[in-house]
Amino acid sequence: MSALAVEGVWKFYGDYAALRNVQLAAEPGTCLALIGRNGAGKTTLLRTIAGFSRPGRGRILIHGKEPRETETRRQLGFIGHGISVYDELSALENLMLYGKLYGVADPRKSAMEWLERTGLERVRDGLVREFSRGMRQRLAVARAFLHEPSVLLLDEPFTALDDRAIAVLQTLLRQALADGKTIVISTHQLREALDLASHVALLIRGELAFHGPCTPEMAADPGLVYARYGEG
Amino acid sequence: MHFFRQVMVIAAKDLRAEIRTKEAVNASLAFAIVILLLFSFAFDPDLETTQEMSGGLLWIVFAFAGTLILNRSFARELPNDCLDALVAAPISGAALFLGKALANYVLVLAVELVSLPVFGIFNNVRWTSQFWELMLVLLLGTWGLTVIGTVFSALTVNIRLREVMLPMLTYPILVPALMGSMLLTKDLVMGKPIAADTLMWLKLLIGFDLMYTAASLMLVETVLVG
Repeated sequence: MSALAVEGVWKFYGDYAALRNVQLAAEPGTCLALIGRNGAGKTTLLRTIAGFSRPGRGRILIHGKEPRETETRRQLGFIGHGISVYDELSALENLMLYGKLYGVADPRKSAMEWLERTGLERVRDGLVREFSRGMRQRLAVARAFLHEPSVLLLDEPFTALDDRAIAVLQTLLRQALADGKTIVISTHQLREALDLASHVALLIRGELAFHGPCTPEMAADPGLVYARYGEG
Repeated sequence: MHFFRQVMVIAAKDLRAEIRTKEAVNASLAFAIVILLLFSFAFDPDLETTQEMSGGLLWIVFAFAGTLILNRSFARELPNDCLDALVAAPISGAALFLGKALANYVLVLAVELVSLPVFGIFNNVRWTSQFWELMLVLLLGTWGLTVIGTVFSALTVNIRLREVMLPMLTYPILVPALMGSMLLTKDLVMGKPIAADTLMWLKLLIGFDLMYTAASLMLVETVLVG
């Protein structure tokens, strides 16, 4: 059974089809890089996979179950454009909140562990509104990984990250792949994405133009996918 | 995680955030006190007239001041896209809604409990003669206001003019609950206990609360995810 199966998914905004019959799959232990120009439908696809909205047609299965099922949501980790942590709470309070919501056995212990892994243990009681941008982003990474999800959905995760946060995220993603987790990463930064990816999917105006393994040539020349299957 | 534990986690999070920022409570409390103060200066009615107007005045103040709190309920989740993380979390929409409604309820009640003595002092009205029955009406009326306000706060969270839309959507639906609360409050402030002729308004309040709580719990998942 695929970790992720997108089966003939259409998504409409009014009459406009943002996704057109998208069909793809990702196996456990693989990383799928979702690439495409602005407005191609990458974010819409990721958000639909994450269960933020339902597809107009078709279906999405995560380990054989619908995204909105409670058990499925427990297996999903999502990093979107926002950091999804509260400015009025401390780093520790934020992680404990999500730990409790995800049913983590010992939310405080897990929160402390992830604060340490992301280098935030010294500021654990500091309010997020006082954090630098890099610290906030590292906290967002900790939030997404806290409940040990088996499928990670990352929307432009490297955008606006500082060097330290990029290093933290890349290390965690490599570890997640080694642990057999599935990663879907949407990005414009092809070099970072193809460095991690085992598979590539190219979206053009909501349609899947290419979906297949990431070859060494693609990893060496990130523009190759666009040149060969896209709009040049 | 148990449903009610999830509810309490959400409620505690909202209350903690509000206690730290005080952005909604301060605005709501200031509004309520200023209206009550201005009313006492603008008019000089005798005691009986003041008591007769008390229900209307108090619930108009509670409804408007409450909206200032309710407007922030889901809007609080917009910075940093926190609503995405809550929708993605393995909790039901009903738990999320109930947690938020509970936090709003505590905040709106707190504003009301400060406003009541202020009303009594500014207008020289002794409002405590039917204290426990008045508290019952306050609890029931406020829950109705909170439930409707919270669900419409979720519905309007992504609308640019949500501050305008929320009162436009909530007040018409709240009319029966506000009518019941006003009439009961007026009688109780005048010292009349709830009797057979006013009992129907109390039943209406209870029915209103039960019906809209059930409807909100059923609909909120659709409101949040579509």
